[in-house]
Amino acid sequence: MTVAAGLHHFPETPALAPERGFVVALARDMRLAARSKGEVVQALAFFVVVVSLFPLAIGPESALLKRIAPGVVWVAALLSVLLTLPRVFANDYADGTLEQLVLSVYPLPVLAAGKMTAHWLMSGLPLAVLSPVLGLQFGLQSGELTVLFASLMLGTPVLSIIGAIGAALTLGVRGGSILLALLVLPLYIPVLIFGAGAVEQAMVAIDYSANLSLLGAILLLGGLVAPLAAAAAVRISLD
Amino acid sequence: MVVAAIPVSTTGSAHTLGGRNLRLDRGTRSIISDLTFETASGQVLVLRGANGSGKTSLLRILAGLTIPDAGAVLWNGERMKALSSTWRSSALYLGHTNALKDDFTAQENLVDALSIDGINVEPAAQLAALDSVGLLDRRRVLTRRLSQGQKRRVGLARLALALSQTPRKPVWLLDEPTNALDSQGVSLFTRLISDHLDRGGIACIATHLALNLASPVKEMNLDSPLDVAP
Repeated sequence: MTVAAGLHHFPETPALAPERGFVVALARDMRLAARSKGEVVQALAFFVVVVSLFPLAIGPESALLKRIAPGVVWVAALLSVLLTLPRVFANDYADGTLEQLVLSVYPLPVLAAGKMTAHWLMSGLPLAVLSPVLGLQFGLQSGELTVLFASLMLGTPVLSIIGAIGAALTLGVRGGSILLALLVLPLYIPVLIFGAGAVEQAMVAIDYSANLSLLGAILLLGGLVAPLAAAAAVRISLD
Repeated sequence: MVVAAIPVSTTGSAHTLGGRNLRLDRGTRSIISDLTFETASGQVLVLRGANGSGKTSLLRILAGLTIPDAGAVLWNGERMKALSSTWRSSALYLGHTNALKDDFTAQENLVDALSIDGINVEPAAQLAALDSVGLLDRRRVLTRRLSQGQKRRVGLARLALALSQTPRKPVWLLDEPTNALDSQGVSLFTRLISDHLDRGGIACIATHLALNLASPVKEMNLDSPLDVAP
């Protein structure tokens, strides 16, 4: 009986491509987000409403509105991303699937990178795409709108990856959402300065490429370090 | 240290899983203190004890999720580093939560759990597994609408599919797997466990039920862990 002969045999696991874990985690979170589209739309609506409040509060003084536009759009984007951060790990933590992800055959940092990417696709990317429309509301010119879009495209992924670390650290903590904001917002400051700064420089016709380059550099560095940090934070939170 | 007799097959490797002087403190309370045990291929270790006696904590330590304050988990006699890649591909852990997404259907949850484990299973095999746990006609129902027992059965379907995989995970760590299961579900579970053990697997199960197994059952009472019944 060949079956009986093999009963006690556990062959070694064949080398599994670890990068497949990125696709697994990304596809999983995208499918989950598709099941609760409301959350994505709500965060986007929040962004639009907050940005639209400023012209109403400040009044129709176009020079002033244009002056504050980059800062307003960026702060609103930051708050909107902050609202969606619990989605990265908290749901999986609550239903126990986060333990399964930690015990997955794929390395946790790779899975975390997939989850961060999914979060950006569902939060930062829609904001960046919508931002030129909101910029028009403030009287930004087409060149400035392009820079606003570019700065958000480079900056919002950083918000997702830094935020994911904070989200992992505050798992299971009572009053975690306030703590998360206090933890993450100070870390968002450099992104805010370089992002809004790039648009402001474009408005006064100064070379803004240095700001965008710095955003890109932060993104590359963060992309390397953040998945490792988030994975470590998840393990600590589950211990 | 007591070394259990290891059934060695001529074709493959047998395994041992154990703990050496495990200690876990939470605050000032000691949950597990100086616990040493060993179990081997084909054996099931049943963890008994009152609520809060540390059954879940011990399973989490074995899984690598919790780091013990002292002592070590031994895999084949060697110290196992928590969450090392070897360990992650050797152990299957089902916690007391069902680890199911409410927004997925039963079948999607099954596929999701397997894909996290790096396993792709043909749809026909998925359906066969769901059929074997009696969820075939409920497979398209969102998990949030399933009963507790049915959710547990999704976990059983995962175990059923895990059995037919190569490479198979030799260690199953199950936390109250029979909770909310009806008697038919329990006998289904017992069959899965005995199949797993017959193929040289190891199972550590925290449960209050008496398991009706042909294989050797080791019981460890965490209320007084020193008397490990053979």
